[in-house]
Amino acid sequence: MILDSKIPAGPISEKWSKHKFNLKLVNPANKRKFEVIVVGSGLAGASAAASLAELGYKVKCYCFQDSPRRAHSIAAQGGINAAKNYPNDGDSVYRLFYDTIKGGDYRAREGNVHRLAEVSVNIIDQCVAQGVPFAREYGGHLDNRSFGGAQVSRTFYSRGMTGQQLLLGAYSALSRQIGLGNVQMFTRTEMLDVVMVDGQARGIITRNLVTGAIERHAAHAVCLATGGYGNVFYLSTNARGSNVTAAWRAHKKGALFANPCFTQIHPTCIPVSGDHQSKLTLMSESLRNDGRVWVPKAKGDQRRPEDIPEDERDYYLERIYPSFGNLVPRDVASRNAKQMCDDGRGVGASGLAVYLDFGDAIKRLGESVVKQKYGNLFDMYKQITGENPYKTPMRMYPAVHYTMGGLWVDYNLMTTVPGLYALGESNFSDHGANRLGASALMQGLADGYFVIPYTIGDYLASANIKSIKTDHPAFGEAEGQVRDRINKLLSINGKLTVKEIHQKLGKIMWDYCGMARSEEGLLKAKGMIRDLRNQFWTNVNVLGSGEELNQSLEHAGRLADFLELGELMVDDALSRNESCGGHFRTEYQTEENEALRDDENFCYVAAWEYTGDNAPENLHKEPLVFENVKLSQRSYK
Amino acid sequence: MNLTLKVWRQKNNKEYGRLETYAIGDISPDMSFLEMLDVLNEDLTRKGTEPIAFDHDCREGICGMCSLYINGRAHGPKQGTTTCQLHMRSFKDGDTIVIEPWRARAFPVLRDLVVDRGAFDRIMQRGGFVSVDTGSAPDANIIPIPHPVAEKAMDAAACIGCGACVAACKNASAMLFVSAKVSQLALLPQGQVERKARVEKMVAQMDKEGFGNCSNTGACSAECPKEISVENIARMNREYFSAKVTGDQ
Repeated sequence: MILDSKIPAGPISEKWSKHKFNLKLVNPANKRKFEVIVVGSGLAGASAAASLAELGYKVKCYCFQDSPRRAHSIAAQGGINAAKNYPNDGDSVYRLFYDTIKGGDYRAREGNVHRLAEVSVNIIDQCVAQGVPFAREYGGHLDNRSFGGAQVSRTFYSRGMTGQQLLLGAYSALSRQIGLGNVQMFTRTEMLDVVMVDGQARGIITRNLVTGAIERHAAHAVCLATGGYGNVFYLSTNARGSNVTAAWRAHKKGALFANPCFTQIHPTCIPVSGDHQSKLTLMSESLRNDGRVWVPKAKGDQRRPEDIPEDERDYYLERIYPSFGNLVPRDVASRNAKQMCDDGRGVGASGLAVYLDFGDAIKRLGESVVKQKYGNLFDMYKQITGENPYKTPMRMYPAVHYTMGGLWVDYNLMTTVPGLYALGESNFSDHGANRLGASALMQGLADGYFVIPYTIGDYLASANIKSIKTDHPAFGEAEGQVRDRINKLLSINGKLTVKEIHQKLGKIMWDYCGMARSEEGLLKAKGMIRDLRNQFWTNVNVLGSGEELNQSLEHAGRLADFLELGELMVDDALSRNESCGGHFRTEYQTEENEALRDDENFCYVAAWEYTGDNAPENLHKEPLVFENVKLSQRSYK
Repeated sequence: MNLTLKVWRQKNNKEYGRLETYAIGDISPDMSFLEMLDVLNEDLTRKGTEPIAFDHDCREGICGMCSLYINGRAHGPKQGTTTCQLHMRSFKDGDTIVIEPWRARAFPVLRDLVVDRGAFDRIMQRGGFVSVDTGSAPDANIIPIPHPVAEKAMDAAACIGCGACVAACKNASAMLFVSAKVSQLALLPQGQVERKARVEKMVAQMDKEGFGNCSNTGACSAECPKEISVENIARMNREYFSAKVTGDQ
């Protein structure tokens, strides 16, 4: 299989404009004849569903939550990047493009990333027009702050709730289209398979999570905007319901899965407090604007932070990376935190934490300014830990946060399955091996508002899509498989709960395929995951029936897919004999413990093809071509 | 900690429900309330009893999916907190905790502690938006918005749509929820064009869904996990009155 990224030729700044012109159009009267399925209602899904409906397509949108407004995009705190250059500090589309490529450790496509930077400015305009209340200066203009991996201030924000406000903006646009009858919304509905007819994606099979009804939905094209798969680690900053099922089902129907091992470990999360822990809570990267990260200079220093004098503290990020300081990219910050803790200088009861200290910021700015900037984050920290961060430094430890990997897509966001698209975090395309802060919101909305509305028309206008109904045999076959699987899950009646198997999987993934990976560990993990998968299918206990609201059954189905994905992540990590961004192989590091890339052999996208249950997947390589940016060792010093 | 839980169990929206009593031990004060329920559900599953269904997702207080009426209060005893952010350190060893779903005609129970809040979405679909198609927006800085106005709009926009206001209200009124959106868009310049039509349509849908009337007790705001102010209700009343008197619809 030759992977054609379909990146148009020509100068980088003209690629997207030229491509838009070359894409075929569907005339307005014909648009209503086409039906498009959008799975997921987060930033990418809601913005795509709304924008496609505005164009005149008939859209059906699905989410597993009780309302499209709940999607996990809502939890993003810090902000959204855009190359507006309002602060006049030297930003430009090219600089945002460059920072993103470099931040991703040169494992993203130039063409996609430049397009992302280009449309970033339109996103802010669109959101403001929707009534998104971004933070403003006293003169009434939009305020910006800085984020990791950048030396300009290009991040727009709404307090610490930017994701919420952007999602509610997209939700409002979606609601408008639902009200107008242009979008049919299916809540509490989970997609369980893609239906293929004549090699094209033509619909989905869903389960109504309230009644358990298995339903068929047909369309001319299917867009997955189903988010990331961080919950393969059990503990992550993802919402509990976030899962890989839709993407994994698509993968099994022929969509290649790209760079599955590229996982982002976010440096500032509230540390684990015990086995009961059900999720990890992130504290926005924006805190690193004013908070200073430190550990005691001495190993095993048990004193309270306020009792450790200034000269016995190691502000290690400022020491090692003087030019970026506390604002180094996430992978660098996380790895350094791990190193400090591995070195015996971690703090807190578990020794698995570093301090994020606002003492200086409060002295410099006053408590009220700090409160205005970060109040809700401080409150959240206090609620979870019972400690007051205005008085004592926060304790932070890295946690799984985002997955750069995802379904392989071309420049049009189409997967290797004709008519099947992947948007937002569910695709792999824009962040390389490490995503910069405030770029996930940007990518989700870019894909939904400004890319898919153009590219999907080209497919609908040119592909020969036959008229079919849901009584087509392909729907019957897919539905049968879905039913069999549910019945199987319910009939095992074993001794292990879904949760305990998921916790075990998470521990394997975190220990061997987390912040540091080695060949030895990965090989061990592979065997452990296979054993665990076997235990799951022979000894899991799922109570209740399939014909009712059954949350254990939902969780079991999602875990079954995570148990397969986990092994692919390990295979991917094993095959990439280099370190880059969030993928850190201990065998490949510089003398200063930085990630050591191997551009000669690994400057490619690893796209995996499913070949059958328990069979090894086939690796396809899409070489990454850099025409504008010179590959170099990332330096934030 | 050892606790006695009285939990509402209901098979589906057709059958009657009842409170069941469960004893639970070895609860850490650092657990969140939902993690405590996770522990109970693991126990129940091992004993062959179907676990308790409850809504939850982000578990960091922002998605608005979690609910629960705990000891007679929406989202439990702590001010300005969602159930997922409520920790067991807010309870004492030996406590009895009563856990019920939201109770309101417009929020039918689907199973156990899970209710249907679709009415909120339908209200939004009637007018909780600015009608601006993708691609038609002018530059974001073209209309300056005074800082205090943006802040006030943000205060209202912080609503997470959880429904605690309805659950806390003796009339099961949705005024706080609806007024938060009406206020946000009435305050901002972008919301002016549809200002009058919006409030009329949203209020009409709110009434149609079977929510009760507002009698200004303020329980909604007191129990709101995001502490949305009743000032928004006053503003919506003003908006509504103004639209009725001067509106063109």
